[in-house]
This record gives sequence, C-alpha cells and structure tokens, in this order.
Amino acid sequence: MSRSMQFVEALVLPVLALTGALLAFGLFVVGTGRDPVQAWGLLFLGAFGDAFSIQNTLQRAAPLMLTALCVALPARAGLTVIGGEGALVAGALACAALPYLMPLPQGAGGTLLVLVASALAGAGWIALAGWLRQWRGVNETISSLLLAYLAINLFKHVVEGPMRDPASLNKPSTLPLDESIRIGSMGTMDVHWGLVWGLAACVAAFIWLSFTTHGLATRIVGGNRRAAGLIGLPSTALILTACALGGAAAGLAGGIEVAAVHTAANASVIVGLGYTGILVSFVARHHPLAIIPVAILLGGFGAAGSMLQRRMGLPDASVHVLLGFAFVLVLAAECWRGRLRLPRWLSARAALPVPAREGA
Amino acid sequence: MKQVAIDRRQFVRGSAALGASALVAGVPGLTQAQSPITVGFIYVGPRDDFGYNQAHAESAAALKKMAGVKVLEEENVPETQAVQKSMQGMISQDGATLLFPTSFGYFDPHILSVAPKNAKVRFAHCGGLWTAGKHPANAASYFGYIDEGQYLNGVIAGHMSKSKKLGFIAAKPIPQVLRNINAFTMGARSVDPKITTTVIFTGDWALPVKEAEATNSLADQGVDVFTMHVDSPKVVVETAARRGKFVCGYHADQSKLAPQAYLTGAEWNWITAVTTMVDAARTGKPHPNFVRGGLKDGFIKTSAYGSMVPAGARKQADDIKARMMNGSFDIFAGELKDNTGKVVIAKGTALKQTAVELESMNYLVEGVIGKV
Repeated sequence: MSRSMQFVEALVLPVLALTGALLAFGLFVVGTGRDPVQAWGLLFLGAFGDAFSIQNTLQRAAPLMLTALCVALPARAGLTVIGGEGALVAGALACAALPYLMPLPQGAGGTLLVLVASALAGAGWIALAGWLRQWRGVNETISSLLLAYLAINLFKHVVEGPMRDPASLNKPSTLPLDESIRIGSMGTMDVHWGLVWGLAACVAAFIWLSFTTHGLATRIVGGNRRAAGLIGLPSTALILTACALGGAAAGLAGGIEVAAVHTAANASVIVGLGYTGILVSFVARHHPLAIIPVAILLGGFGAAGSMLQRRMGLPDASVHVLLGFAFVLVLAAECWRGRLRLPRWLSARAALPVPAREGA
Repeated sequence: MKQVAIDRRQFVRGSAALGASALVAGVPGLTQAQSPITVGFIYVGPRDDFGYNQAHAESAAALKKMAGVKVLEEENVPETQAVQKSMQGMISQDGATLLFPTSFGYFDPHILSVAPKNAKVRFAHCGGLWTAGKHPANAASYFGYIDEGQYLNGVIAGHMSKSKKLGFIAAKPIPQVLRNINAFTMGARSVDPKITTTVIFTGDWALPVKEAEATNSLADQGVDVFTMHVDSPKVVVETAARRGKFVCGYHADQSKLAPQAYLTGAEWNWITAVTTMVDAARTGKPHPNFVRGGLKDGFIKTSAYGSMVPAGARKQADDIKARMMNGSFDIFAGELKDNTGKVVIAKGTALKQTAVELESMNYLVEGVIGKV
C-alpha cells in the first residue's frame, strides 16, 4: 500500500471511530432522558470552547504525555510495560526527597536538580522491570505492575514515616519544596510548564526513534529480537535503555506533579495518571508524536466531563461511558487498517499482487 | 408556588435557628434581602458512597430546596490540578460565588492557589484547616466534633458485645482518626472496663478489598461489634453483617445496607454549617471563616437505634447524649492513659472539644490494641 494511503488511513480511521463514539454517547444521553445535542455542545464547549476550556484540557493532558511515553518507548523495544504509575510515584518521591539529602540552589538550578532526580528514580524503577526480564525471565508486564504497588507502598511508608512534615497533621506530606524551586504557570496562561516538558519529551522520543541509529536498532529489537541478534545488535542494552527512557518520562511526570501542583509529596499524587498513560499509548499505537493529540483528547474528555456534570447533572461515570465507546471503536477500527478502499478507478493502479505463501 | 414559598421560609427559619445556636452570633438572615446565589459542591468520590461524600451531597440536596439557590455539583474530582480547574470552571463558566470543595486534601495547595485569584468568591472547606492571618480571608473552614457520635457508638457497642472485643477499621493514624478510635473505645469502656478495641489501619481512605480483609480477620479473632473511619463504610458494614456481627455506622446512615446488624451511627449534619455560609454570602455579611460544632450545635447527629438495641443501652446512651447537648460532658478528661501506660491527660484536667491539644492527638488510649 502506498505511503499516502497509509497516512490517509491513519487520519480517517480514528476520526470515524470518534464520530461513532459520539453518536453512541448521544444515544446513551437520550437513554437518560436528556438532550443529546446539548450534551454534544457541552462536550465541545467544556473541552475546547473557550480559552479557559483549552487551558483546562492542556493542563490535564500534560502529565499523560509523559506517562504514555513510559508505555510507548519500551513497547517499541518489544516490551509491554504497564507499571508507569510506579515510576511516577518513585519520581514524585525523589523530587521531594532531594532537599532532605543535599542543599539545593535557589531557582531554576534547584528545579532542574529535583527534576533530574525524579527522572533518574523513574528510569531506575522501569529499568528494574527490564532487568528482571532479561536476566531472570520474569514477565515485564506483571513485574512492572507489581513494582508499581511496591512503589506506592514505599512512597506511603516514607511520606508518612521518616520524611513526614510534623506540621502535616491530618494529611501526611513531606516538607514543601522551597518556593523558588517550584514550577509556575506559563506567562498569563493558567497552565504550568509541565506541558512544555511533555511536548518536548514526545518530540525528542520521536527524533530518537526515527532519526538515530540507536533508535532504529531499538525498533529492530522490538520488531524481531532473533534477527536483531543475528545482525549483532546488543538487545539487552537496547531494551534496558528503552525501559529507562520510558521510566524517566514517567518519573519526570511525578516530579512535575510535586513541583508544579502539590508542592510536597503526599498521597494526592497517586491518582492513576500512570495507568491512564497506558490507554493513551495504546490508542496512539505507541507512536510518540501521536501521543500528543491523544493525550489532549483525553484531557479534553476530562475537562468536558466536568462541564457535563455541572450543566446537565450527568453522573461522573458518563464521561467514562464516552471513553469506553471511543476506545472500543478506536481498537475495532484497526480491523479496517489496510482494507479501506478508494473508488476502483483510483485504486486499480495502486493495487499490488499479494505474494503467495508457502505451505500455509 | 405559594406552598413552596412557605416551605422554604420554614426551612430557612429552622436552619437559621440552628445557625444562630452555632458559633456565629446573630445571623438572623431573614430580615435582610437575600440575593440569588450559585453555589458549587465538589466531591472527591461518588456522591452515593454511603459515606463521606454522601454526607456532603445530602447537604447539597437540602440546599437545592431553598429558593434562589442554584447548586452545581461535581463528583470524583481528584486532589490534583483537576480540582483547581473544577473550582475555576464553576466560577468563570457558571458564575458560582460560593464554593464547597469538600475533600480534606482540596485545601492545601488547591484552594490556597485558587482563592487569591478570585477575591470576590467565597470558599468554604470542610476539615478545619483555615488559620487567621495565614490563609486568605475569602476562604473558610467548617468541621464537626464527630467523636461525640463515636463515643455514643461505643456505649451501644459496649452493651451489645458478648466477646468484649470491638473492632475499628481505620484509614490512617492521623489526629482526626485517632480521636474517633479513642472516643469509641472510651464510650465502650464506660460500660465495661474489660472491653478492648482492636484497630486496623488500611493505609488509605478508600481501599474496599483491604477493608473487607480487615473486617474478616477481626471477625475471625472474635470481634463482634465493628465501627470504622474510612471514606465509604459500605464494605465494612456489609462484611460485618454477613459474618453475623454488629456494626456502628459513620459519616452517613448505613442502616439500609444491613438493618439486622446496624446498631446506630455517628452522622454528619452538614446543612447547619452550609446554611451558615450561604446565609452570610447572600446577605453580604463577612465570610464566617471558622465554624465548628458538635451534637448540641446540630453539626452531627446519630442514626436511629436498631431494633435489637435493648432499652438499658438506649437509656445510658441517651443520658450521655443529653449531657453532651447541655455541655456538661467532656470525653477527654483526666486521668487518661495511653495504651503504653503513659499519662496523656493529667488528673483533674478536662479538655473541651475546642481544645487545641485534641487537634494534634498522637496516641491510642488504654484499651485500644494497635499502634500509631
């Protein structure tokens, strides 16, 4: 199939799927005795309708871009890692812990140091799952998920124990980060700089995978490990690097949550951003650039759900119904990949003979 | 429409009476013009959770019946950037001028970040964190002394327990929770000093699986009356009932879930505090920043006794309740020892509910089996 056809498909299929999801959601709204047209209108208004809505959507999307990379990068090396939540939590803890361990410079230098600590903690956490697979033969899907539970309990133990700020009586937290280290909003917008980190990480991941030898080698390992071994690629090192980079992204998300939103590490950081990243990455087919619009779409659903509750009194679960429709249809639309037909007079020339298979 | 107007007036009069008996002196509210208002409620969990969020949603539902009040609600809003956006959305997209962000974790840093940007909007937070001078004047906190309800739960539990072993399923060892565990245990031991309470901390506010495991494991150890301090008591109530044990409720009324096992319960009555805030906002009075109350102020209430609770137990609990209502009963009075034998309140000292020491409680009293 031609490249342009592939591109058209990559755009048309998700759009068709989303349209179907919106129609199905309309039926659901009719079922609750409400007006579907009003619901569609509010969905748009809540997600992208005015400046506030757009900022709301982007703000919600920012951490998802980073946690989605934690699934996408290992996936390109052939691993299904679903424990991004663990890396996020480890990153949040490292961000809050660094000031306990060493004096930090004021301002941007301090911010950079806590974020590097977060990224390193996240990288180590997912690399551990990769290491368990390469050396001990432990399935990385299971181990990364279990490591996430471990990280959450470790986090709670440290935050509510040795690192607890004695002043945080009823909401155990660490000592708040110094004011100058915290991450602020971008100019007059009510969106913090985490969005830029998310976008930059997605673009950097795309460049790495598409335009560097190392990225190409990683994709070869992900495509066929035996072939990669035959041509002498160091599979283990490449897999661990992909895991570490993915973990670093999720760890960074945790650090940004602490430095930009919560100001200290506490249980409010653990709200499943890492798990939502799994959805984003799968819908984006593990493509770093596709993660950006998918994360924005998901952020938009969140923002719109808020609006639907306020204006129509729909339950919070209704936006999950829409999400459910959307993901089932996006995945179902994959069946049509490569089967979309242009009108015959156009496609006749493009058709390629199907190679005969031996044995079958 | 006339019918409705009368109902509302009666309702306002009733709640104004309650409000006046609360800390805020002289909020007649009726004589002054009440302007229409849009009020927003934000919950951290589902509003039908038979627990913390339902207790708040009940006050929102009562508020909806008042004329001139428009109520917006949002549920399942996590304590992240999301709640800041929900608050701001209610303000800039829906014109809300009074917000009730109800979860404890919404205050710092979320209300503290949104309130200064919206100086004309009032924020009323449940949990008691607002401090004069330190926090914005358009923010406020309200809270209730629900340990009184847990003390009364303990009295009934003390009468109903045959094994003399009570169970407490708690989320985290923080002051508010410890205060409830201690009050419950002291209530039970006022009936029989041989009674012990075994406490299990699950580690977080909503962990249904762990709560069920904890309930089952305590039931296996012979515990026959349960109570709890978790966001949704549903799982503990149902599990205890299934094991043929009794249970005292918390946050809201859970009797519907297990009428045969539900003895009584400590419930919030948030409408009192909410009405105080709304009336002040509508009449342009200063925002009541610091609002507290217990049983006698109408901030908390107790569930109706289950049919299995005998007359003797009811009488003892009702007597103590009457003393709480007239202010002659102090739960935390010396000499009080913790469960390591250390004296925590000296002989002759009686702490009123408003005492600051109680807000930083860090011990379990004698008779509690467990560790902070």
